[in-house]
Amino acid sequence: MKFIQELPVLIIVIPLIFAVIIPLVGRLNRLLPWIIASTITFFCFLISISLLITVLDTGRISYWLGGWEPPWGIEYAIDYLNAFVLVVVSFIAFIVSLYSRRSVELEINKNKISAFYCIYMLFITGLMGIVITGDIFNIYVFLEISSLAGYGLIAIGRKREALVASYNYLILGTIAATFILIGIGYIYMATGTLNIADLQERLPALFHSKMVLVALAFFTVGLSLKLALFPLHAWLPGAYTHAPSVVSCIMAATATKVGVYAMLRIIFGVFRIEFDIHFIPIANILIVVSSMAIIAGSALAIAQTNLKRMLAYSSIGQIGYIVLGAVLANQIAMTGSIIHILNHALMKGALFMVVGCIIYKTGIEDISGLRGMGKKMPFTMAVFTVAGLSMMGVPLTVGFVSKWYIAIGALNAGMGYLIPVIITGSLLAAVYVWRIIVNIYFPEELPKHELQYTDGGAEITDHKSQYSEAPWSMLGPTIALAVLCIYFGISATAPLYIAEKAAVMLLQ
Amino acid sequence: MQEFIKEQIIVRTVSKFFTPFIQLYAFYVIAHGDLGPGGGFQGGVILGASMILYVIAFGMDEGRKRVSQKISDIFVSTGVLIYAGIGLLCILAGGAYLEYAELPLGSHHLASHLGIYGIEIGVGITVAFVMITIFFETAKKERKK
Repeated sequence: MKFIQELPVLIIVIPLIFAVIIPLVGRLNRLLPWIIASTITFFCFLISISLLITVLDTGRISYWLGGWEPPWGIEYAIDYLNAFVLVVVSFIAFIVSLYSRRSVELEINKNKISAFYCIYMLFITGLMGIVITGDIFNIYVFLEISSLAGYGLIAIGRKREALVASYNYLILGTIAATFILIGIGYIYMATGTLNIADLQERLPALFHSKMVLVALAFFTVGLSLKLALFPLHAWLPGAYTHAPSVVSCIMAATATKVGVYAMLRIIFGVFRIEFDIHFIPIANILIVVSSMAIIAGSALAIAQTNLKRMLAYSSIGQIGYIVLGAVLANQIAMTGSIIHILNHALMKGALFMVVGCIIYKTGIEDISGLRGMGKKMPFTMAVFTVAGLSMMGVPLTVGFVSKWYIAIGALNAGMGYLIPVIITGSLLAAVYVWRIIVNIYFPEELPKHELQYTDGGAEITDHKSQYSEAPWSMLGPTIALAVLCIYFGISATAPLYIAEKAAVMLLQ
Repeated sequence: MQEFIKEQIIVRTVSKFFTPFIQLYAFYVIAHGDLGPGGGFQGGVILGASMILYVIAFGMDEGRKRVSQKISDIFVSTGVLIYAGIGLLCILAGGAYLEYAELPLGSHHLASHLGIYGIEIGVGITVAFVMITIFFETAKKERKK
């Protein structure tokens, strides 16, 4: 049973080891990197499930790295919240790596494929590290690992614009990381400890200190930049649009979610909610900002003509929902927010996978090129419809569950005026999703000159075009996510149970 | 620029003369990481720099003859594997990850010493060859223009 105790560190070390093995064996066989990536992410998923079960059975797990006792040593601390996020991240990582084979072969140069899988594994390692660690400086270290891997992943494709997008992200991501590091520095100066559990105990006595206030300011701005909260979202659309499809998938479904997790952990786990009540109304500020994010992100999504860019703006709106639910700081809204981490990962993952399938088959990224695609790729488009309905928050899909909880939470917090914001966000989502669904299934006859205008060419704009579906290796994982979108929309008991426990823990 | 330096007999002789000393010093820094200032990272940088100096003096092609792309790729991974592998050995020996004292190497004191020593070597190898790789990559791009 020795290895059971070591699972918290193995979930980080195993993908790290195989990340560096991949370029070594990538020379031997073209398929090997993909096989290793899929197997290892599957193992990580199993480990995260087993950690979640252990946490549900016995409560918080604490693992001491190198046998050094916290707060002196580095601690991996797993509770309800991060066990849940860990399962989400490792599951999406597994599904995306299953999906990746054909798409990567198409969109990435042959000699870079093993490098791609190496960076992909490092990226996953970084994300899981942020989630699992109980040490605030360790969060920063893993944040840098995942960010640096992220810059590489965005730039690895064939598009030249990707280099500019990656560079933008590099600059803004570095500023964000620096702000977070400065925040950690101040907080360390004030308390002399880096362990999150220890900080939680020591910090309340120092709440009057200006140093702690400055630390919170740096954390808030740095994390908002990292998770692309509305006015600080500038890096995200470019990065998602120009990255290879697989990279957009994994980043949209996991990277921002882990950013949200880090924000929850630092604002509620380190600073606690009393700080907000007695010292600075950080929650109220974030409520305003996230409401703006919901409206502006969804409105900007309507204006886009590029499918990936539209989804990127819609992500900005959805991140607004997660942050809004969290900073309302009551149990129901927080539950909605935590469960939206899973739900948004499922639906945005599915949507970006659909885009990947379309690009694989036709090369189209433009919305106008989707005319009549419902006949050409029926399964892919069915997934798009399901995930799009989730995005709107239609009942029986996952989107409804989380929005419902956030809305009820807003009412309970006595902030009924936020309900229109939530509903407007959904209506705007309905506009941008419906526009595409109509285009897919009920194509209008267009005058000839406009037909030629779409960059996909006649073969694609012709809505009588023949059935030509994406390969099953891509379609399977995509459909799996769509099925989960519906399954967790109908029976959300299991994730809600965990999310509720996590919410109670954060708000105590 | 490169052609210009290639003809400089003084530069070539001096760098050829200095390279082994720099490398020896790099090993010294790596080996003393657990006792004094220095360590795997610093030593690795010095080791990488010795190779870079050699390439600057003798040109890319000569440098690639000494350290081919394949070899540097292998060593970049090997260093990390040494690090992570020692951590896993500690688990196998019954301790926590990276708990060197549990390694079966005689006394606990000696085991901690050798454990961290192995880690420093791993770090040194990876850092040195990452330096070399970065240098070759940037130099290659420059040459294409």
